Amino acid sequence: MTQAALRDPVLAQRLAGEILKMAARPVRLMEFCGGHTHAILRFGIRARLEPKVRLLSGPGCPVCVTATADIDAAIALAHLPGVAVATFGDMLRVPGSRSTLMQARAEGADVRVVYSALDALDLARRELQRQVVMLGIGFETTAPTVAATIREAAAEGVPNYTVFSLHKLTGPAMRAILDAGEVRLDGIIGPGHVTTITGTQAWEFLPEEYGISCAVAGFEPLDILRAVRSLVLAIAEGRPRVTNDYPRSVSREGNRVAQALMAEVFTVESALWRGLGRVPASGLAIGERYAAYDARRRFAEAFAGVLYDAPEPPGCCCGEVLRGVLEPTECPLFRRVCTPAHPVGPCMVSSEGACAAHYHYGGAL
Amino acid sequence: MCLAVPLRVVAIEGTMAEVEMGGVRRRVSLVLVPETQVGDYVLVHTGFAISRLDEEEAQETLALFEEMAQAAREEEDERPSPTAPDGPDGEGTSG
Repeated sequence: MTQAALRDPVLAQRLAGEILKMAARPVRLMEFCGGHTHAILRFGIRARLEPKVRLLSGPGCPVCVTATADIDAAIALAHLPGVAVATFGDMLRVPGSRSTLMQARAEGADVRVVYSALDALDLARRELQRQVVMLGIGFETTAPTVAATIREAAAEGVPNYTVFSLHKLTGPAMRAILDAGEVRLDGIIGPGHVTTITGTQAWEFLPEEYGISCAVAGFEPLDILRAVRSLVLAIAEGRPRVTNDYPRSVSREGNRVAQALMAEVFTVESALWRGLGRVPASGLAIGERYAAYDARRRFAEAFAGVLYDAPEPPGCCCGEVLRGVLEPTECPLFRRVCTPAHPVGPCMVSSEGACAAHYHYGGAL
Repeated sequence: MCLAVPLRVVAIEGTMAEVEMGGVRRRVSLVLVPETQVGDYVLVHTGFAISRLDEEEAQETLALFEEMAQAAREEEDERPSPTAPDGPDGEGTSG
C-alpha cells in the first residue's frame, strides 16, 4: 500500500464532504493520540470538518504527560556520579521544576539520546564502568520494547543496565478524562499504534460503560477520515461501538507476544500524569521478578529529594490542553512566551505535543 | 513517541531483521513479532517491529476508499464541479 494512495487529496475532499453530510448534528470527537493531532493539523483535516465535526486533542503524548516531579527525578539520576541517563530525544528539553535534562547535560551530567532502548542496552554492554539508566517513557506501544531490553539484560546478566519506568497506560487516562466530565465527547479516535499492541478489545469499555464510540485509526489522512466517518455513522445510528479502521495493523486481540512480555516485566500501579494528577492503575512499574533492573530500587537516593507536589510553570496550560479543556491557542503563553525554541511546557516541546502541532501548522482556529 | 513506519524485511538473522527504507538498511528487533518472514512489511517503532502489515487488509482498505470515492462521484455528477482540493501535504492549510 503506497503512502500516496492514502493521501489522495481528491478522495480526502470527497470523504470529508460525505462525513459532513452524514453528521446529523454537530459532534465533538477526541483524538487520543498526539500523532493523530499532528496529522490532523498538518493535512488540514480539522479546519475542513469544522464546525460541524470538532476534533479535540487528547492526552496521547507520553512526553507531555510525564509529571514535572518525574523529570526532576530523571535529572537527579543524571547527576549521580558514574550514571548515564539514556533517553529518547523528545525528553531533553522538557522542563522539570528547575531544569531540563539538556541543562543537566550542559552542567556535566551524562545524558545520552537514544533512538531505541536497544541502543541503551548496547551502551551498557560497551561501557561496563558506567551505570546506564534508560528512561522508560511511552504508552503500550513503547513499553514492550523497553520490557524486551530488561528481559534481555537479565538473560545475559548485564550488571549495569536499569530502567526508570514511567510507562503509562492509555485506557485509564481516557477513563480519567471522561470521569472528570470537563469535556463533552461524542466519540474517540483510537490510537493506531497503541491499539496494535492492546487490540481493539482494550477500548470496548467505551461503548459498554460510557456509551460512546471509538474508531481506531491509522496515521494517513484517509485513515483518519475513515475513522471519523465510522464515528459519525455510529453517532447518527445511535449505536455506540468500537470499529477497527486500521485493520492492516490492528486486530481485536492485539499483539499477544508484546502483551505477555509487558505482563512478565511490569506490574500495574497508579501513576502521576501531568494534567490528570494521580490516576489509579495507569502506570507500569518494574515487577519483583526484574527488581534488579529497576532504577527506582537501585538508585533510591536520587529520588529522596524529589518534590511530588512541585508546581507547574506559572501560566502554563498544558494540563488543560492535555484534557481537551483548552485549545493551545487559548493559553496566554502560546506563541507569545512559549515557542518551540523557548518552550514553557512539554506540549510545545514534544513533536507530538498539541501546542507544537498548532504552532507548526497554524492551527489558530 | 508512538510513531511507527512500515518497512520491508530484507533479511532475518536470529531475532534481528534487516529492513529497508529508501535504499538505506537498518537492523530492527523481531522479538515482538517472531513470526515475521523475509518480504513482509512490518511497522517499526523505536527499533522494534510491532506488527506485520496485513497485505490483504491493506488492499481492502484501498478498495474501500475507491468505493467511497465512486459513490461520492456519482452523487456529484449531478452538481457543479467541486472546489479545488488541498495539496497532498496540506502545510499551513488548517488555519
